[in-house]
Amino acid sequence: MTDTTRKAARPVPPAAPAGPTPPTAARRPRRWRGVTPWLFLIAPLVLLIAFTYAPIVNMVAYSFTDWDGVSPELRYTGAENYAELFTRPELFEVFFVSGYYLAASVVQIAAALYFATVLSFNVRFRNFFKGVLFFPYLINGVAIGFVFLYFFQDGGTLDAILSLFGYDGDRAWLGTPASANVSLAGVSVWRYMGLNFVLFLGAIQSIPGELYEAAELDGANRWQQFRHIIAPGIRPVLSLSVILSVSGSLSVFEIPYIMTGGATGTETFVIQTVKLAFQFNKTGLASAAAVVLLLIILAVTWVQRRLVPDDKVDLV
Amino acid sequence: MTRRAVARALVYLSLVLATLVVLLPLTVVFLTSLKTSGEMADDSGALTLPDDPLNFDNYVTAFQDGRMLSAFGNTAVILVVAIGGTVLIGSMTAYAIDRFRFRFRKLVLALFLVAALVPGVTTQVATFQIVNSLGMFDSLWAPIALYMGTDIVSIYIFLQFVRSIPVSLDESARIDGANAFTVYRKVIFPLLKPAIATVVIVKGINVYNDFYIPFLYMPSEDLGVISTSLFRFKGPFGAHWETISAGAILVIVPTLVVFLFLQRFIYNGFTRGATK
Repeated sequence: MTDTTRKAARPVPPAAPAGPTPPTAARRPRRWRGVTPWLFLIAPLVLLIAFTYAPIVNMVAYSFTDWDGVSPELRYTGAENYAELFTRPELFEVFFVSGYYLAASVVQIAAALYFATVLSFNVRFRNFFKGVLFFPYLINGVAIGFVFLYFFQDGGTLDAILSLFGYDGDRAWLGTPASANVSLAGVSVWRYMGLNFVLFLGAIQSIPGELYEAAELDGANRWQQFRHIIAPGIRPVLSLSVILSVSGSLSVFEIPYIMTGGATGTETFVIQTVKLAFQFNKTGLASAAAVVLLLIILAVTWVQRRLVPDDKVDLV
Repeated sequence: MTRRAVARALVYLSLVLATLVVLLPLTVVFLTSLKTSGEMADDSGALTLPDDPLNFDNYVTAFQDGRMLSAFGNTAVILVVAIGGTVLIGSMTAYAIDRFRFRFRKLVLALFLVAALVPGVTTQVATFQIVNSLGMFDSLWAPIALYMGTDIVSIYIFLQFVRSIPVSLDESARIDGANAFTVYRKVIFPLLKPAIATVVIVKGINVYNDFYIPFLYMPSEDLGVISTSLFRFKGPFGAHWETISAGAILVIVPTLVVFLFLQRFIYNGFTRGATK
C-alpha cells in the first residue's frame, strides 16, 4: 500500500503554486485563493499548537525552574533539575524497569511473528484463532489490570492452575520487585501481542500469492518461504513494531499503575513523572524528567529511521 | 507419523495453548463475577464453578454502586463529540493539504508529522497547565479537546483516501460553480465513507479504553468514564473480587459485542491505522 501511494505522490511538484489547482479557480478573486486552504486548517492547527507544541515549549521552559505548578512565583534554577535527575539514583532507577518491558517486547514480537506466519496459511478455525489472539488488544486497560490482579493473587488463577500440575501454589507473584516486574511485563505481552500479530498478518497477506506458489514449485520449505518471502515482505511493519515497542517500553504507565500503583519496584518513568508533578507538586523536576524521556524517544526514532531508511512515514 | 504431520500437530498445539492463555484469565474472572461473597470466602479456589450460574447480583451491585450508568453516559458523550470532531478536522486537514498548493504547506505537513513522534504521555505535565488555564480542567471538554487535538493517525488515513479521489471530480464540480467548501462537503466528504468508518472504529476503541487522560483531567466522581469509574472500584470494593469482576466484565462486554459484529472492519482499521 505504501509503495503505490508513494509513486502516486511523486509526480506532484513540491509546493509549486501553479500545480494542479483547477483552472477554473482563476475566475475567482486572487486573494481568496490563498486564504481558502487556511480556512480548512485553522481548527486543526490551533489544536495542534495548543496541545502539542505549546506544551513542549512550556515543558522545556519549566524544566529550568523550580516551579511547583500552582504558585505564581517561579525561580530560574538553570540545569539544577537535570543534575538532580542524573545524580539521585532513585530517580534514575525507573529506567531499569523499562528493561523488563523491552525484554517482553522481544517475546511479544517473536510470538506475533510466529502466529501471523502460521495463520496466514491454511489452518482450521483460522478466524477463531485470529479473533482470540487479537481481542486482548481491544480490552479496556483497567479491566485488564483487574483481571490480572486476580490472576496473580495469592490463591488466584495462576496458583490454582499451578496446583493442578502439582506445584504448591500460594506465591506472592507481585511481592518481590523481580517477579512483580516479570508478571507485569507478561501482562503487557498478553495485551499488546494481538496488535503486532494483526499488523504482521496484514503485511503477509499483501504479499502476492504467486510468490508462494513459485517457491513451492522450486521446492522451498516453510522455513525457506518465511526467510525469503515473508521476512523481506514485512520488513517495514517489523521495523515500525520495533520502534513502537521501544517507545512503548519507555512510557509504560497503565498496567503497573492500575495493578501495583508503582509499589515493590514496579514504578516506571511515567508513573514517577506523574507522581512528581501531581502529587509532590514538583512541576519543574517532572518537566525535566519528561524532556529527558522525550529526547530519548526521539533519538531512538531517529536511529531507527537511519537504519531502515525505506520506512519513511509517507505523508507528503 | 510423517514429519509434516508432527509439525502440523505442533502448530495446532501452540494455537490451542495461546487460546488458553488468552481465554483462561478472562473466563476465571467471568466465573468469579457469578459467585456470591459466601462462595468467595470459603476458599474453594479460583477455578471452581459458581453454585448458581445465573446469579447476577454482583452485576447489579457493580452497576449501581459503581455508578456505571453515569460512566457509560459520560463515555458516550465524549465518544460522539470527540469522534465527530476528529472526523471533521481530519478530513478538512487532508483536503486542504492534498488539494491546495499554498505557501508553508511543507511546514504544516512537517508540524503534523513531528507531532506523531511525540508520545502524549511525555508532555502531559505541561499540557495539564494549558488545559487548566483554558478552564477546561475537570470538565468533559478536557478529554474531548485532547482527543481531537493531534490525531495524526486519522489525518493520515484521510490523506490516503483524499489522494485516491480523482481531481477531475473536483474540477467538474468547480466548473458547475461550486466553491472549495461545496466541493469538500458535496464531493470529498461523501466519498470518504470507508475512511470515516475506519477512523470511527480505531478512534472509538482508543477513546473507550483510555485511562490516562480522564484520570488526570477529570478527577471528580460525577465525570467518571468507564475506565476511571472501574478504577475507583479498587477502593470501596477492596477485596470483594466478585463485584470487581462483575464491573470488569461489564466494561469488556460492549467491546466484545462490537468486535464480534465488526471483526473484519476492525482488523482493516488497525492495519490501515497503524502502518503509517
